[in-house]
Amino acid sequence: MTHLHDNKIKELEKMANEIRRSIIESLMEAGSGHSAGPLGMADIFTALYFHILNHNPKNPDWPDRDRLILSNGHICPVLYAAMAHAGYFPVGELKTLRKIGARLQGHPHREALPGLETTSGPLGSGLSQAVGMALAERMDKGKQSTKWFYCLLGDGELNAGQVWEAAMMAGREQLHNLTAIVDRNNIQIDGFTEDVMPLEPLKEKFESFGWHVLEIDGHNFEAIVGACDEAKAIFEKPTMIIAHTIPGKGVEYMERDFRWHGIPPGKGPEDKFTKDKQGPEAIKELRTLWGRIKSEHE
Amino acid sequence: MPINSKAKLVKEILDLKKISQAPTRNGYGEGLVEAGKKNKNIVVLCADLTESTRSELFKKEFPDRFIELGIAEQNMASVASGLAAMGKVPFISSYAMFSPGRNWEQIRTTVCYNNQNVKIGGAHAGVSVGPDGATHQAIEDIAITRVIPNMTVIVPCDALEAEKATIAAARLKGPVYLRFAREKTPVFTTLKTPFQAGKAEIFWNSGKKPDVAIIACGPLLHNAILAAAGLEKEGIKVRVINNHTVKPMDEKTIIQAAKDAGALVTAEEHQINGGMGSAVAEIITRNYPVPIEFVGVANRFGESGEPQELIKHFGMAPEHIVAAAKKAIKRK
Repeated sequence: MTHLHDNKIKELEKMANEIRRSIIESLMEAGSGHSAGPLGMADIFTALYFHILNHNPKNPDWPDRDRLILSNGHICPVLYAAMAHAGYFPVGELKTLRKIGARLQGHPHREALPGLETTSGPLGSGLSQAVGMALAERMDKGKQSTKWFYCLLGDGELNAGQVWEAAMMAGREQLHNLTAIVDRNNIQIDGFTEDVMPLEPLKEKFESFGWHVLEIDGHNFEAIVGACDEAKAIFEKPTMIIAHTIPGKGVEYMERDFRWHGIPPGKGPEDKFTKDKQGPEAIKELRTLWGRIKSEHE
Repeated sequence: MPINSKAKLVKEILDLKKISQAPTRNGYGEGLVEAGKKNKNIVVLCADLTESTRSELFKKEFPDRFIELGIAEQNMASVASGLAAMGKVPFISSYAMFSPGRNWEQIRTTVCYNNQNVKIGGAHAGVSVGPDGATHQAIEDIAITRVIPNMTVIVPCDALEAEKATIAAARLKGPVYLRFAREKTPVFTTLKTPFQAGKAEIFWNSGKKPDVAIIACGPLLHNAILAAAGLEKEGIKVRVINNHTVKPMDEKTIIQAAKDAGALVTAEEHQINGGMGSAVAEIITRNYPVPIEFVGVANRFGESGEPQELIKHFGMAPEHIVAAAKKAIKRK
């Protein structure tokens, strides 16, 4: 088990909250977009961009960088927020999300924004691309490959057959340099994953496809970093990290409610912002995640 | 005979008994090997159709750069996108019905919108696939590829041009769709016949002011030349254009043909809806409207039969092109 210094954990937690705040702000500004997934993945993106990834925000095209391939493009508010806080572009630009002419397209477009590894949105295609990238590296460098390829997927998108085509191939190719992380938040647009199209037993499914599979608490930084470390020590298989997360994590009334999958704050089914509260006070409360995010202005 | 001497076509072009025959997919296989020799970044992917797409030629020459995908065309397109992101030049190979057919969205989003340097080789396009029937006869592939931004679409007229097109595609930066056929067809171009992606070639030219111009792509171009020979015997002057690059189309040559002839016929082994002829019409209506007749499949699915029977059955034989030419002239 990897141990992180207490100060490091505090630092990551603080950053994750900053990122959650940016997600809320950019979604409110945009007036559309997905809430639950981005908030639930804030801790994992924080761990990746602020501890795990070997990258250089000032030189996004650095050839030796690790690659982060986001397959479920709709959670891009968390990707954008993490990238902005990491220094890829100004945090203020997050307010342009989904606006005309913006580099922050509603679903990420590689050519629009430096630092994006791919274009994604239509679900099920990211793992294939990550397999292609990891395979290219293996063709060139064999097992000496030093770059790491991280593919992030939603659990709902595991409904798509293409994911399993890619999983089968990654197993055959024994892509040790490929680590996939599934956001196991149990929700998708039409409801809970096990009601829409059951995925379980998920661990056994990926194991039977030739993967090394880990299950973690997706909100525990030591667990996230530890799993990614363990993946690097497995040389004969790709690694699948099933990260159990709470959708909407950080905003009480969104947590675990699938209805928040595809809508922004302010448009929710039980939105305290519009129903119970009035004016700027509600915005403040929402933006501070009910007091959990401390603003420097307060 | 008004064959354009600059096109350097074979002498026996009108003699179906003497002319050599080969399927255009052979040119794909040979082109892959040639391109592979020059560029070590070229990799070939195939979805369980290695022999019939002729990608086996590349596999034999460069086994380490050949990737078998199994019957998984959607994965193939996106894996290729990932390979390209790392600097490889992937050619994905299958039947056109499955790639770009089944995997259209992956090609659209992960290859074209993502603007990755992936080449798509679609074999067994057209009704001339023959006995396998409509399920395997792609006659919609030009329409669905040419509509995607960033995509280049090339339809070679014979095996030799297919080889040249494959080598050219390897050099072009960005997504390219190459369309091939299953059946043997006349090889009527030569090594000296000019080929440049995006540049249409005049293969038959009866003076500066022909009565009609026939614009064709793919092996059906040979039927267009046979049709031209027949029309000339009746005193009708014809220009025949090899319009191999459907996108980006050589607008200059197409518009000039409309100006010179005042009537056009397009011929392709594809649905009339959305195909090469539609692309010609888009250019002509905007720039120099003249009557156009379309030879192709008229909003129907294919069916089983022998290739030449099917070409006749669906109205794409030389006599059909002749009739279309006369109709276009009458509409002037």
